[in-house]
Amino acid sequence: MSTLLELEHVTMQFGGVVAVNDLSLHVDDDEIIALIGPNGAGKTTAFNCITGVYEPTNGRISFEGRPIIVNHPSGRMRKMYGGSEADLFADDRVIDPTPDQITKLGIARTFQNIRLFRSMNVFDNVLTAMHIRAKANVFSSVFRLSWREERQMRRETEKLLREQGLWEHRDEKATSLPYGFQRRLEIARALATQPRLLLLDEPAAGMNPQETLELSAFIREIKERYGLTVLMIEHHMDLVMGISDRVYVLDFGSLIADGTPDEIQADQRVIDAYLGVSEDV
Amino acid sequence: MDKEKRNHLIRLFVAIALVYGMVAVLEATLRPTSIVFTVLRKGAIYSLVAVSMNLLNGFTGLFSLGQAGFMLLGAYTYAILTMPTAVKESDRVYRYYDCIVHFDTGVIVGLIAAGLVAALFAFLIGLPVLRLKSDYLAIATLGFAEIIRAIFQWDVLGPLTNGANLLREFKDLSRITLPFSDIPFPPTLFVFIVVGICILLIVLLINSTYGRAFKAIRDDEIAAEAMGISLFRHKELSFVISSFFAGVSGALLAMFQYTVQAQQFRTVLTYELLLIVVIGGIGSISGSCIASFLYIALSEWWLRGLDMGRFLGIDAPDLFRSGFRRLVFSVIIMVIVLFFSRGIMGDKELSFERFKDGMKGMKARLARTKEVKG
Repeated sequence: MSTLLELEHVTMQFGGVVAVNDLSLHVDDDEIIALIGPNGAGKTTAFNCITGVYEPTNGRISFEGRPIIVNHPSGRMRKMYGGSEADLFADDRVIDPTPDQITKLGIARTFQNIRLFRSMNVFDNVLTAMHIRAKANVFSSVFRLSWREERQMRRETEKLLREQGLWEHRDEKATSLPYGFQRRLEIARALATQPRLLLLDEPAAGMNPQETLELSAFIREIKERYGLTVLMIEHHMDLVMGISDRVYVLDFGSLIADGTPDEIQADQRVIDAYLGVSEDV
Repeated sequence: MDKEKRNHLIRLFVAIALVYGMVAVLEATLRPTSIVFTVLRKGAIYSLVAVSMNLLNGFTGLFSLGQAGFMLLGAYTYAILTMPTAVKESDRVYRYYDCIVHFDTGVIVGLIAAGLVAALFAFLIGLPVLRLKSDYLAIATLGFAEIIRAIFQWDVLGPLTNGANLLREFKDLSRITLPFSDIPFPPTLFVFIVVGICILLIVLLINSTYGRAFKAIRDDEIAAEAMGISLFRHKELSFVISSFFAGVSGALLAMFQYTVQAQQFRTVLTYELLLIVVIGGIGSISGSCIASFLYIALSEWWLRGLDMGRFLGIDAPDLFRSGFRRLVFSVIIMVIVLFFSRGIMGDKELSFERFKDGMKGMKARLARTKEVKG
């Protein structure tokens, strides 16, 4: 089992606020990893660093053994830097890709507040994500010289929608779907980019216990079917403890614990920071 | 489903063929100076530039106001390229300068070159400007259009642009012939054919995988980027393509007006086009076309009487004099914007099915009112 994604000393500082501090974690092939923590702990910020939305202030992120994002504090940020390990990557070349380049490497994500393409129907939402593999240039695309590729994209979209149980809804507007289906569609759209690593940002947000239960089966199923590795942010402890291989716990931007679900549940620091207060109210 | 699609295409094809047939018939029967042709030609030209603006503003979500600048580039390129060499060397047009362009080209080459020059400028401007968001992009492109207009009137560029003077005697609409012959070609039909081809290309683009990427960017930039769509590349692409067609329509406008002068391409032109796009419906190709023809027909034809002292049979020379038309026109536009806040077509396209549904809805409503009365 090899390491798929690795974060080394990742720090994200906004002005004077250190949102993520010295976060190191690794995700191995074929795992389901959960990142948990109280509100404002920096989980989504960490996701945004991995996916290239934010440029981390310091640290290195590697995917499939190659560094994909590297940065170190410089200029004005060097003076006001509030994180640790400021000089660790000072000699490394800065790599700052845009989110689409990260997606092309094989990391796909979903969003905490669902972000579907509003004006499009279900079918087109997934079809649009197929654009990532389109080889046709704009001319052959306009003159329909690439109709074979287009047909192939439509076939793949149909296959994916059938597998996800969304085929009956293909002509409906994406935003008029029931909430659970919108989540599913967002995952299907992410799968259309054929990722190796899927990042799920609170997939169970707004779901009732029954739906959450179905979701955990669903995540397992897509992991097996598409050979994925999953890293997810989640608040529902049932879901996290039920399907995760390992759990990382963030609090105030720093990692406070990591281990198997059983270890985490027994960890006093985690209970203090999070579980004790939020679960048994 | 495929059958439905085919039927739709056949109906569309028949409708378009009817329009072109009608234009040809009108051109064969009516006086060539008839106001109908002015409306048809100018309406068609405005349709093209409105659709190109819609590609950018409506389908890619980039609010740009540089249309007049790109039209100016197209118009000048076309006029300079197609003006016969003999005219360039005489002092009929270039009176104060010696023209430095010593060749001339045909109409089609001129049109394509007009588009390419506009596209090249768009590419260069896009590099810095497309990193800006919404309002700032509008301001930057507006500024560009103004700068281009000023530069083209600059003395130093006189040998190319004839300074602030008119360019004329190029291959305008009265000088179109069939290729490799001297047989004249009906001008209105020519405009319709060029505009038709250009709009067809834009429609094909919008329905391709690139068009979907544009729409994705409009709907949600962050999600589009997360799906592997490069924001900058696709915005640049949309900007360049839109400007290409703005350049072509600028060349057509030059042909229509018989003269080119930088003064004609003021910001007001961009605002007119923006108005057309908004009235037609942001994100609707057929809406833009309908709105263009309506706008031109209203301003050039139907409301003319308001400036001439006689309107709808009412004689009132004191009230209906110069400028009153603009007042009425503004009120009409306000009414349209108030009652059709999403434009005539919204983001839908004109189709037979929608027409049928609309009629059905109307019938049902009529039946209901009858029931209530009965």
